[in-house]
Amino acid sequence: MASTSRPTSPNIQVYHWYANMVASILHRATGVALAVGTVVVVCGLVKLAGGQQGFDEFHSLVGSPIGMVLMLGWSWALFYHLCNGIRHLIQDGGAGYQIPQIVRSSWLAAIGSVVLTVVVWIYVLSAGGGA
Amino acid sequence: MSGKDAVVRDRRNPLKIARGLGSSHSGTHHWWVQRVTAAALVGLGIWFVILVLSLLGADFETARARVAQPWNALLMIAFLVAMFWHAALGLQVVIEDYVHTRWKEVVVLVAVYFLAFLGAFAAVLAVLRIALTP
Repeated sequence: MASTSRPTSPNIQVYHWYANMVASILHRATGVALAVGTVVVVCGLVKLAGGQQGFDEFHSLVGSPIGMVLMLGWSWALFYHLCNGIRHLIQDGGAGYQIPQIVRSSWLAAIGSVVLTVVVWIYVLSAGGGA
Repeated sequence: MSGKDAVVRDRRNPLKIARGLGSSHSGTHHWWVQRVTAAALVGLGIWFVILVLSLLGADFETARARVAQPWNALLMIAFLVAMFWHAALGLQVVIEDYVHTRWKEVVVLVAVYFLAFLGAFAAVLAVLRIALTP
């Protein structure tokens, strides 16, 4: 940062945590995480195009315990960014700017993302456990 | 003449207002593309999750044949383009917010866009290979 003698903004610890503040931080964090996760999408498609052997290696890597934990994290990140992204698109349309609405929609996006993640993973584990 | 008075008070060239590009020199273009790709990704992202879930227990041949279907290949390419475009735009904002040394900012921005294009081309090429080779 440019060095100035002007007063700087107080550190983040002094702020009270509001739902919409957490939503904003999580939206950015999940966005960056998902950008990293694009590597997995590209790898999967390249291996699928390349042939059986490479794809099986990719498959077992994703299905390994560490792979499953990462996929769990990325799936929640995807659902959170999706739910909160829809919230932002609605707000971009000019709606939902009352403070109670902002707090409620922040919580709704968080709860929605957890529900979607749980539903998807119940399906994944019941449909073959990491196959 | 109220128009002339307004310009004198404003001290801005009317052309600047007419162009409406502001200090970014590109107006609201970045903002708009971020929203348009976001809207596309709402549908395409849900479609992608459903496709992956439908292939959970599938073997290699089944998975490949499914992606090779015309509609799936088309939607996959649309998903990939929207995803990498949206990701690059988003990372650009994060970098512009947190990297305050100009040359580092430019280097990281260029790197992000190089990687986004490379990733998008690699993935689209893979989908074309899957869709076009029997």
